[in-house]
Amino acid sequence: MTTAKVLTAAVSCATALMLVHIIPDLLSVQTRELFLKNKAAELDREMGLIRTQEETGRHVRMLTHEIRSTLDRHTILQTTLVELGRTLALEECALWMPTRTGLELQLSYTLHQQNPVGYTVPIHLPVINQVFSSSHAVKISPNCPVARLRPAGKYVPGEVVAVRVPLLHLSNFQINDWPELSTKRYALMVLMLPADSARQWHVYELELVEVVADQVAVALSHAAILEESMRARELLMEQNVALDLARREAETAIRARNDFLAVMNHEMRTPMHVIIALSSLLQETELTPEQRLMVETILKSSNLLATLINDVLDLSSLEDGSLQLELETFNLYAVFREVLNLIEPVASVKRLHVSLNLAPDLPEYAIGDEKRLMQTILNVVSNAVKFSMEGSISITAFVAKSESLRDSRAPEFYPVPSDNHFYLRVQVKDSGSGISPQDIHKLFTKFAQTQSTATRNSGGSGLGLAICKRFVNLMEGHIWIESEGLGKGCTAIFIVKLGIPGCLNESKLPIMPRMSTTIHSQIAFPGLKVLVMDENGVSRMVTKGLLVHLGCDVTMVSSSDECLRVVSHEHKVVLIDVCVPGIDGYETAMRIHEKFTKHHERPLIVALTGNTDKVINENCMKVGMDGIVLKPVSLDKMRSVLSDLLEHQVLFEAI
Amino acid sequence: MEVGQMQRRLMDYTKSLFMEGFLDGQFLQLQQLQDESNPDFVVEVVSLFFDDSEKLLNDLTMALDQPNVDFKKVDAHVHQLKGSSSSIGAQRVKNACIAFRNFCEEQNTEACLRCLQQVKQEYYLAKNKLESLFRLEQQIVAAGGSVPIMEMGF
Repeated sequence: MTTAKVLTAAVSCATALMLVHIIPDLLSVQTRELFLKNKAAELDREMGLIRTQEETGRHVRMLTHEIRSTLDRHTILQTTLVELGRTLALEECALWMPTRTGLELQLSYTLHQQNPVGYTVPIHLPVINQVFSSSHAVKISPNCPVARLRPAGKYVPGEVVAVRVPLLHLSNFQINDWPELSTKRYALMVLMLPADSARQWHVYELELVEVVADQVAVALSHAAILEESMRARELLMEQNVALDLARREAETAIRARNDFLAVMNHEMRTPMHVIIALSSLLQETELTPEQRLMVETILKSSNLLATLINDVLDLSSLEDGSLQLELETFNLYAVFREVLNLIEPVASVKRLHVSLNLAPDLPEYAIGDEKRLMQTILNVVSNAVKFSMEGSISITAFVAKSESLRDSRAPEFYPVPSDNHFYLRVQVKDSGSGISPQDIHKLFTKFAQTQSTATRNSGGSGLGLAICKRFVNLMEGHIWIESEGLGKGCTAIFIVKLGIPGCLNESKLPIMPRMSTTIHSQIAFPGLKVLVMDENGVSRMVTKGLLVHLGCDVTMVSSSDECLRVVSHEHKVVLIDVCVPGIDGYETAMRIHEKFTKHHERPLIVALTGNTDKVINENCMKVGMDGIVLKPVSLDKMRSVLSDLLEHQVLFEAI
Repeated sequence: MEVGQMQRRLMDYTKSLFMEGFLDGQFLQLQQLQDESNPDFVVEVVSLFFDDSEKLLNDLTMALDQPNVDFKKVDAHVHQLKGSSSSIGAQRVKNACIAFRNFCEEQNTEACLRCLQQVKQEYYLAKNKLESLFRLEQQIVAAGGSVPIMEMGF
């Protein structure tokens, strides 16, 4: 028994001794184990973090790649938000864009779309300013308006960070300019950590956010530019299409107009001519007074209409620039004379005194479009006559020197005189009704008639001056009207450029048919044997002079018997004055017919008469006269009478 | 007076004759017929006119002096005068003749006598003017110049 007790005691001692040694060791081992465990856990954690970081980095790279791989603004933004949300495990992510006015931020994109998009906040909140003024991501309070993205609930909201996203405004995008910082616009990106978590924003997360924000900014700018250029391109294409259409329409219109004119030119003029010709002939027949009045009215109206048609057709060809001047050498003095001849009957009926003043230094011959120059002068002068009830019309023409060339009313007219050309200035002054200053500019407008002219029942179409203006412009000149007011008459002035014939560089020969009457007349009817029967000595002498001037071989007789004695088959033409009482010109004609039975031997018989009326016409035709000419006969008229006679073997002229 | 001045005077004088209606376009026609082969045409025709007209005026005076006026004859004379004057462009004489003829038709002796006076007056005026014109031309030619033909008309 004692041994057992002793042994037990020994073991207990040994154990106790051993424990004393072992327990500290055990403790330290435990401590170590704990320590190691902690360490391991920490390392694990760090490992996890690094892995997360790497993943995040990868995510960012992917995100950036995604953003940059698209130029579509919407995709860019959505992708950004989605990826950011996933990468950073965000509760909510939102983008606020400035409105067009720049005064508010509008909630444009959110991750979870639980909030009404379109919600706005004013841009000048202090928190927003704070974010905009820093290029870093800034922590903001979850209670500020931009961060109140989730419905309020019984949870502690997570931390919120906001970062600015610079937007390059397109108007800043000048080629050579750099956008100014002060005009930068920003969008706001707000990122919210999950609620009820103890997560906090780490620095690297903030850096990530900043990087992404910058990338987004760039991508957005690219997208905006692309959108703009696409829009511009579409606009251009539309414009091109529209222009093309317009061009084709215009071409069609012009073609149609030209076709119309070509047809109407002929179609309108032919019936016009028929009407005028037949009305004239009708006038020559026997009519009652009422009938005569009617025919005269028809003639007057149809003449007016013919003029109108001509004017319109002329103007159309003038408008499309197809009219060209026909330049030739012509007698300038003759043009003015012709105008006077034409206007004299009208003027004398109205008891208007017309005077012409040609400056001594005005060249007799000039190079230009004679017909159109005459048309212009005639138009201006007939306007003067038309609008004057009494008084006088004076026409002055002179060579314009440099002082008189420039006119304050025509500042854009810069005439340049040269050696081959001179500027003809024509002034037509009338003492008529005048024109008020505000109406003057309307005068040259097509179809526009001023009040005063309209009430005058002028019967004009209003085209005359418009046509004149175009002719004058074609002649490199200028036309204008001055008037001191209503009732004070007016002066029409125009300047045109004409060539001087006989210059060295002139290619055409200066000899033109009308230029030298002597040359022409000598070629006209050389040796033509003409017999003239006229009782009046003076008149006989004048007629002889005319014919001699034209180169004819003239025999004069003063009685019927003498005429029949002298006449032979050598005489080609016999001119008989039929209005001499006592001598029967008709009988003479009849006896000539009897004498020459063979038609080709008989001379052509022409009656010279001081007035035409139907009785005389009838008698002439009855006795077989070949033509009638009205006295007084001018040189030109005699020339044309003879040439018509010889060509056609007959001549019946109305006047 | 030198040639240029004389020429200018002639032109102005001629112009005035036209303005005042003594001459019309027919006179210009006559001037046109004058050329190297016919250098005195105008003067010749006008002289013939003067001779003719004097004779006609005398005949007219006698005819209207008769107790029984033969209006037919009177009319014939006036017709002649009208023809001549219109042939040379003596406008006022011609117009006076036209008026005269109307009264002849009416067989109104009183009026005819008045017209005859009128015609005579116009004729002498025209003669005067034309003679002055020719004198001016002669002066120019004598001084070695040429007669300018001013082409203007009514």
